[in-house]
Amino acid sequence: MSRLTIADVERIAALAHLELTGEEKQLFTGQLADILTYAEQLQQIDTTGVPATAHVHPDLRAERPDEPAPSLAPEDALANAPDADAEAGLFKVPRVIG
Amino acid sequence: MSAPAESVRAIRDDVATGRRSAVDVCTAALARIDAANPRLNAFNTVAAEGALSAAAAVDRHRAAGEPPGPLAGVPIAIKDNLCVRGMRTTASSKILDAFVPPYDATVVRHLERAGAVILGKTNCDEFAMGSSNENSAYGPVRNPWAPDRTPGGSSGGSAAAVAARLVPCALGSDTGGSIRQPAAFCGIVGVKPTYGRVSRYGLLAFASSLDQIGPMTRNVADAALVLSVIAGQDVADATSAPEPVPDFSEGLDLGVRGLRIGVPRAFIGSGVDDQVLGAFEAAVDRFREAGATIVDVALPNAAAAIPAYYLVCTAEASSNLARYDGVRYGHRPVLAPDDTLQTLYDRTRDEGFGPEVKRRIMLGTYVLSAGYYDAYYLKAQQVRTLLKREYEQAFERADVIAMPTSPTPPFRLGEKAADPLQMYLTDVFTVSANLAGLPAVSVPCGFTADTLPIGLQLTGRHFDEATLLRAAAAYEAATDWATRAPPLG
Repeated sequence: MSRLTIADVERIAALAHLELTGEEKQLFTGQLADILTYAEQLQQIDTTGVPATAHVHPDLRAERPDEPAPSLAPEDALANAPDADAEAGLFKVPRVIG
Repeated sequence: MSAPAESVRAIRDDVATGRRSAVDVCTAALARIDAANPRLNAFNTVAAEGALSAAAAVDRHRAAGEPPGPLAGVPIAIKDNLCVRGMRTTASSKILDAFVPPYDATVVRHLERAGAVILGKTNCDEFAMGSSNENSAYGPVRNPWAPDRTPGGSSGGSAAAVAARLVPCALGSDTGGSIRQPAAFCGIVGVKPTYGRVSRYGLLAFASSLDQIGPMTRNVADAALVLSVIAGQDVADATSAPEPVPDFSEGLDLGVRGLRIGVPRAFIGSGVDDQVLGAFEAAVDRFREAGATIVDVALPNAAAAIPAYYLVCTAEASSNLARYDGVRYGHRPVLAPDDTLQTLYDRTRDEGFGPEVKRRIMLGTYVLSAGYYDAYYLKAQQVRTLLKREYEQAFERADVIAMPTSPTPPFRLGEKAADPLQMYLTDVFTVSANLAGLPAVSVPCGFTADTLPIGLQLTGRHFDEATLLRAAAAYEAATDWATRAPPLG
């Protein structure tokens, strides 16, 4: 049995940058515990000496010449920003330094 | 073998020879969408103006004597997690409600160069996370065969649009079955190519080691044609493979005589709906009658694919979705003057993401966090290696492996929505192809007594879509399931 607590959920939410409501915290604590308990069946499988698969085609050759190519124009990059200064070419966020 | 009416090939041939104009084809498709979409909710965005001007360009090029492309004038719908330049792309998430991509996905570029006409963006589970399309911020899609049922997910809008004859082809994406399961639930063909076969550039990333883009059509030959157009290595996707892309339309009529079809009996044994099992066994008989050899194959750890999959995909999702922070694109909450950047991040994501996306980000963050990484994430990636090896061994005995696509027919909307784990278990037959990177296809293989579609899944060797599609085409030719149309068109 996974023993996930509300405190665990709050810790994970902070890591994941999610501001959860009290109701969400309650709901997720139960649901995530169920899922983790279910996933514990993997512990029954002997994986001694078995490498992890990070990529299904480990021999894939992905090199290419390192040549400059056109990239996104600043006005296109800024076009979807919720807040930006188009003239300065900058995204805007709340004050970071006091 | 002549192409069925309103298939990709029939439309292309009509437009290429001037029997019909691309504009007429496009206008008719837009009218069908207008009529059916209020009931189906298959489209998030319909781009009528852009589609008509693209169709007019196809007609102009033909009039100027230019050779028509392999998809000249073919109307195609694009899952709403694929970027189309200038066309609203939401991933069915509130967080991207107003996002307009500044670039095209590579697959979209390939389609347009081949003469296809992009009609709009199809509804899906938010960020492709779901098996029922109920996780969309824009409401669920309805199954054209039964409006109270799910069309499957996550590419539910693409599947419903093709099944209801709104378009002859749609693109979907498949991370754990998101092309194949909705194809099965809507009675159409859906192909998940080999990992690396199709460029993922411009696909809003969910789980990068599992995601693949593929075609959804009403017959195998159409899927083969579209796959030939969208496949190939791309400098913009380092995981796309250099393997040469054959013309997948070639050799589809070679039949299955001499082919070995593997059936993992022990794995299919339990938990499968009786009618699904009946249709599956009948399909295996059809292969035998058509001259294939049926062999038993073992996939001892196949049942572990679901837990392994949900640990790997959520881990990758938690990382991939970190980019949605309310700064460069997407939703931003109303902030008070003294709110911090931290509040901006946290509130953006709480307001913008739906419950399933939050759940997966949370799970993924947990399994990657200090103290849990080895027990969950690393273990899952090791089990993934075992699964991949088991498939390699199975493919020494068989050329293609057959399974049901889904353990049940399409279930009712709302039936599993409150229990995420029950929803995850519906992916039991599809996730292992993604974990092992193998190509797989779902083809219609019958109906329940209530006329709900049932799908047959075939899995092939890495980069051997040719054999896979050949087997699927042989099965399709021996049956008439693909010719049936749903009532809700």
